Amino acid sequence: MPKDGIGASSKRREDVRFLTGRGRYTDDINLRGQAHVHFLRSDIAHGRIRSIDTAAAAAMPGVLRIFTAADLAGVGGIPCGWQVTDRFGKPMQEPKHPVLAEGKVRHVGDPIAAVVAETAEQARDAAEAIVVDIEDLPAVLDMRAALAEGAPKVHDDLTGNLCYDWGFVEENREAVNAAFATAHHVTTLDLVNNRLVANPMEPRVAVGDYDFATDHHTLYTTSQNPHVIRLLMGAFVLGIPEHRLRVVAPDVGGGFGSKIYHYAEEAFVTFAAKALRRPVKWTASRSEAFISDAQGRDHVGRIELALDAEGNFLALRTETYANMGAYLSTFAPSIPTWLHGTLMAGNYRTPLIYVNVKAVFTNTVPVDAYRGAGRPEATFQLERVIDKAAREIGMDPVELRRRNFVTEFPYQTPVAVVYDTGDYNATLDRLLQIADREGFEARRLDSAHHGRLRGFGIAHYIEACGIAPSNLVGQLGARAGLYESATVRVNATGSISVFTGSHSHGQGHETTFAQVVADMIGIPAAQVDIVHGDTSNTPMGMGTYGSRSLAVGGSALVKATTKIVNKAKKIAAHLLEAAEADIELKDGKFAVAGTDRSVDWGAVCLAAYVPHNYPLESLEPGLEETAFYDPSNFTYPAGAYACEVEVDPETGKVTICRFVAADDFGNVVNPMIVEGQVHGGLAQGIGQALLENCVYDGNGQLLSGSFMDYAMPRADDLPFYEVDHSCATPCTHNPLGVKGCGEAGAIGSPPAVVNAVVDALQRAGYAHVTHIDMPLTPARVWAAMHAN
Amino acid sequence: MHDFEFVKPATLAEAVAALGAEGAQALAGGMTLLPAMKQRLAAPERLVSLTGIADLRGVTPAPGRLRIGGATPHAVVARAAAAHYPALARLAGQIGDPAVRNRGTIGGSLANNDPSACYPAAVLASGATIHTDRRQIAADDYFQGMFATALDEGEVITAVDFPVPQVAAYVKFAQPASRFALVGVFVAKFAEGARVAVTGASEEGVYRWTEAEEALNTHFAPTEFSHLDVPADGMIADLHGGADYRAHLVKVIARRAVIAALG
Repeated sequence: MPKDGIGASSKRREDVRFLTGRGRYTDDINLRGQAHVHFLRSDIAHGRIRSIDTAAAAAMPGVLRIFTAADLAGVGGIPCGWQVTDRFGKPMQEPKHPVLAEGKVRHVGDPIAAVVAETAEQARDAAEAIVVDIEDLPAVLDMRAALAEGAPKVHDDLTGNLCYDWGFVEENREAVNAAFATAHHVTTLDLVNNRLVANPMEPRVAVGDYDFATDHHTLYTTSQNPHVIRLLMGAFVLGIPEHRLRVVAPDVGGGFGSKIYHYAEEAFVTFAAKALRRPVKWTASRSEAFISDAQGRDHVGRIELALDAEGNFLALRTETYANMGAYLSTFAPSIPTWLHGTLMAGNYRTPLIYVNVKAVFTNTVPVDAYRGAGRPEATFQLERVIDKAAREIGMDPVELRRRNFVTEFPYQTPVAVVYDTGDYNATLDRLLQIADREGFEARRLDSAHHGRLRGFGIAHYIEACGIAPSNLVGQLGARAGLYESATVRVNATGSISVFTGSHSHGQGHETTFAQVVADMIGIPAAQVDIVHGDTSNTPMGMGTYGSRSLAVGGSALVKATTKIVNKAKKIAAHLLEAAEADIELKDGKFAVAGTDRSVDWGAVCLAAYVPHNYPLESLEPGLEETAFYDPSNFTYPAGAYACEVEVDPETGKVTICRFVAADDFGNVVNPMIVEGQVHGGLAQGIGQALLENCVYDGNGQLLSGSFMDYAMPRADDLPFYEVDHSCATPCTHNPLGVKGCGEAGAIGSPPAVVNAVVDALQRAGYAHVTHIDMPLTPARVWAAMHAN
Repeated sequence: MHDFEFVKPATLAEAVAALGAEGAQALAGGMTLLPAMKQRLAAPERLVSLTGIADLRGVTPAPGRLRIGGATPHAVVARAAAAHYPALARLAGQIGDPAVRNRGTIGGSLANNDPSACYPAAVLASGATIHTDRRQIAADDYFQGMFATALDEGEVITAVDFPVPQVAAYVKFAQPASRFALVGVFVAKFAEGARVAVTGASEEGVYRWTEAEEALNTHFAPTEFSHLDVPADGMIADLHGGADYRAHLVKVIARRAVIAALG
């Protein structure tokens, strides 16, 4: 077994180039003859375009051409990749999303015109000279008001601002209502899941290129899934067949979901490169990212939990308003529905669940998946209402959870999904041990002595990762498959190039995927390189999001490598003049079982490519295999998080003293990388809980449009984490037994933080504080304490 | 950013001359001006950098006083003032991040007079004197509301002359995103009496809290200030905190500043 195989905390090989400035990001790509585009964006939230006068701007220095919607004849709208069916059986309302605004602007940042010039500054100068006459319309912002009779419409051709009214499981609606009517106790909680801006370190960039001699298009873009962009943009927007369209997503500096989607700017640079026969580049500023990257969360609603006299959960009911923004981003409709409603059982045996979600169009930036995507919203609702219920019925919140845990697997939830495996008591036990709950009271008294209010909060979570069986998601409205692919190309001297359909933008695939292949063959990981991000050399794959890369992409990799090993055994059997069935692979050597005769990996590879002594009559030369893997189920990572806080009663400022995460990720390939993923997820979850908030004013202007007002978590906002993943129940249906770890931290941490703060205030006598909406800024905590 | 001419004179006289031109703008640290130019919210035709003028840089102690050149970066103040006026040095060391502290200057901060900036609180609470290329201005006369000062067009801050108090402290309660002061209070005790300046809170910018000064002149000790009325009227209200919250924080942070001063 190589020391850098599965289970080794190998250092991330990609960090050498990232940390020494040798990465190659999209903005590093500069093509000969490249022109630059600047998008003139709406500075109002809602308005009707009366006229656009580009004459003066077109005469400005360096301007090549100015495009408005009228210049994009034949260009389709940006497609939506998921069609949700409402609770009456009707498809959702799906408005056109034009590349450049047609007739109306619908959010601050909506692109009105595109100026292509020799330099980016010239393009921007000219954009300022465009005269746009817009009739101001009232902005649609509040979701409930948006659904009221007579409310102004974001899209004139739709019937109102409702995208869909979804019920799940609709057949349970009356049974759930009946259970509530007779329940011993009902706990009700109104809550807001605050809107977030993803803010990856690298803003979006796109470079379009066109070769008129071959009629080939190339798009370099900051994407988490270049094949998906090729399919969506080629087939639906620009009408370019795949063999003439190459999409490259090179090094990408973080995505967190915001770089999954197909964006108008990508389509524009690809279109303009052909129109102008010059490469066209666009680099977003941070300010532009705030008004054009899809944003996350933004749910408002109510959750109700019905319990019997012993504290058993009887039924759960939610009503949620989910903000879609002005247009449907690629996967937006699926986030509050199939990635949210299916998780409402959590870790608990609640027999009856009904989830109602109303998706609403507003004059704001589109909302789509952001790290966790629907699952943080579900977990937050559930884990907050359980804590509130425990307080109301006078039961320890830990005990109330234990009483209702799912303990037998597989477990069919009432919300469609089947949990394959898990042990929630084990993670909870481990959590409480590390977090030293026993010692909390002493720590609380010590804090009180220093004038601080200490609280302890826990949250459990489950998530569905590794999305998912393609035939299932097809039934649920997905317009894409969700398999993954890998090609394993063994080179003549035994080194290996792996081409994966997954995409790494911070996850460390180049290290972990190499560990998997090396481990299976028994060679050093340094002999394996991972290639990703270019549709011209990787097999069709669906990219990276939803913690799916190792569970789905890694499984494809195992399948392809297994094919390689099987073929190599045939070659080895020939070289050793033995029966194939007797060949064993161990530590990079093929041996005849029960003998000392063997041939090493390198000799087999060489024979495959220099087939002088080779069974040519029965076996093709070469050693290269491709596999596609379509999962049979989601994976279900789960865990327990504990947060301990101090609240400064004079200012309302919350300080996190300790944060413990006990996760069950199944098997782990690289513990160090897993720990890092949890750290990052926790930072984002704590950011949501305490700091981050995307706020629009009453006119739809973004108030938190820069880092001066949008509070990103910084090192000194965060505690030292204690992270454990020793409670592992391997996934039962993928070959590695892995579950996924990328989003867990962002899912489990917000309710743990809020539970801890409410606990601190309750213990200090602020009995009226049963909930505070995130982010728990000092001002909000102080206001809650004094809201009498 | 629009095109502009950049000049970096070596003497104050050259700088003043260069600033006489139409569309000229002094560049101190550029911590506010440069982002505004990048956003195209400001478009000076000529930038006159003040950081190449040796006379405008440095920290010079004198008995009971400390003179800081107008173009002295915060990081230099944090180091060089530590032995002479520790409260001021600590304030400088908590502005922004290392990049800001190495570019941003005291003169730039005071000329801009951001209502949430830290330096104005120190200058006002210390009763410092602002020296310019043409006169001296007492702190009490200098600050004239949010982003407004007594400076005339083209007038350059050459130095700030601080009397060093017996004890002093600045406590900043940071706005979570920008880390400017949501409320910052500088308390200074002189033989002649206490001075208390509040930044971050008021729509009028930095101000002296005279009621607190009177209370401290009676007894310079940590007091609750709870008997004092800080009206919410006129306080800044934004997404980081309402007017009533800021009014409340003024008392809390002032008390903490007194504790720190006596520390």
